[in-house]
Amino acid sequence: MPKFAKLPFKKDELNKNLSGFFKGMLENGAVNAVLVPMAQAKKGVRLTLVTSAANTAQVDPFAPIAAVSGAKIASSLTSRPSRRKVAMVLRSCEIRAVIELVKLKQVNLDNVLLIGMDCLGRYENTDFAKFQEQGGTSESFLENALAGKTSMPDFDIAGACKICEFPMADNVDMRLCAIGAGNGSVFIEAVSAKGEEALEKSGLKIGETPAGRGEAVKKLVAVRTEARDRKFAEYRAETNSFEALGDKLAACVNCYNCRVACPVCYCNECVFLTDTFRHTGEQFMMWADQGGLLKMPNDTLFYHLTRMTHMSLFCVGCGQCTSACPNDIDLMPLFRTCADKTQARFNYQAGRAVDEEQPMAGFKSDELVEVTGQVK
Amino acid sequence: MGEFEPRIVAFFCNWCTYTAADLAGTSRLSYPHNIKIIRVMCSGMVDPKFVLKAFLNGADGVLVGGCWPGDCHYINGNLKARRRVALITEVLKQYGIGEERFWLRWIAASEGNMLKEIADDMTAKLKQLGPSPQRNMGQMAV
Repeated sequence: MPKFAKLPFKKDELNKNLSGFFKGMLENGAVNAVLVPMAQAKKGVRLTLVTSAANTAQVDPFAPIAAVSGAKIASSLTSRPSRRKVAMVLRSCEIRAVIELVKLKQVNLDNVLLIGMDCLGRYENTDFAKFQEQGGTSESFLENALAGKTSMPDFDIAGACKICEFPMADNVDMRLCAIGAGNGSVFIEAVSAKGEEALEKSGLKIGETPAGRGEAVKKLVAVRTEARDRKFAEYRAETNSFEALGDKLAACVNCYNCRVACPVCYCNECVFLTDTFRHTGEQFMMWADQGGLLKMPNDTLFYHLTRMTHMSLFCVGCGQCTSACPNDIDLMPLFRTCADKTQARFNYQAGRAVDEEQPMAGFKSDELVEVTGQVK
Repeated sequence: MGEFEPRIVAFFCNWCTYTAADLAGTSRLSYPHNIKIIRVMCSGMVDPKFVLKAFLNGADGVLVGGCWPGDCHYINGNLKARRRVALITEVLKQYGIGEERFWLRWIAASEGNMLKEIADDMTAKLKQLGPSPQRNMGQMAV
């Protein structure tokens, strides 16, 4: 049975109250550290690793920004673990990526208390700066977004978020609940036994459950799912050949930023940076000879298609690829539409369960008979 | 202009399918020259990049040949290949390269006949299907 603690707040005091919660957890030893979005000295909000209870004042977990995927930070902190207990406040896409990284042995959750925050979307990094300049705060964002309005005068939440069907995080120990919490309050939910223990230690009183939450989440998921299916259909019609795909990627300069930003692009060294792709001048000339010309840098489509075969099974749809592209290529629908098909083929869903084997990590002798269609 | 001759890049495992091709040869069976064979040690070592690169460079078909399940020289490389082929198929399908162009087949070392049949069959089907949509794009967009 999930347990909830209500955290009411007066205007402009949401973060103050949340900071009290994190402070309590640190002081009472529920955890030794907290990784949480925090307002930076001048501007911006970044994930920040806090080890002292005296330093929680600037937390801002609901800030609509994810400058880099928190899953990558979680990997930095735990792939060679510290042995200290750390609470990580992440959004759903980051947590789903974390689940995939656990399977790849790139995240270790042994000493981690996962706290999933309700996510109504994030602004692109540059848009978030504008959002702050225009006086936007997490409170104003939550209020508007919960009423269905995320758009600002000249920007909106990231495209990935508009079609994200996972506003609420699963596979967590605790949740910070805003959806269906009613105005002027958020709830902290203990989901696992580990979460319950931490909630008790935080000093908050377990009490009423947010009555409308289940319905509100369902409604939001339905809206997002519908938007997703529309986007998929539209995008698939536009990218049904290599040529059409090439058009979509026309601005690509092979910088590989999308790969760097991707939380589930798991190779420690990307093959496209190895000697395999450090061709000789003679090789380039031979390729050019084949058709009389060669676009440079070459292998653009090859790179993106290879990435699809590598990471589409783990794609969580976070949209960091789109955010990272210096040439404004909207890569998210490209990888999401592909991932949708590859994951469906193996009845797999990235981030669904930590004990679900990744499709390329195993095999059975009596499966996928339709691939060859041959029976002995 | 003559009849369309599909170009099929074939990755054959050293132990079964390549040996079957050898047997087809020594048995004087003729199979279409459309099949361009690349010998690999195991169907399980056919990297998705091999397949992608072949199609991007205008191959009309790709045929991967491996040992029957249970007969793999490396115990289970062919079973890994099967999952991988399913994955690559799903990717290719979305960009106009259907599964009729990308085949995985089990052909044992003794099955020179079957190798001929499959090579004939794939060539005939691809002749019907016509050239790969990528064929005339050359190096422009890849």
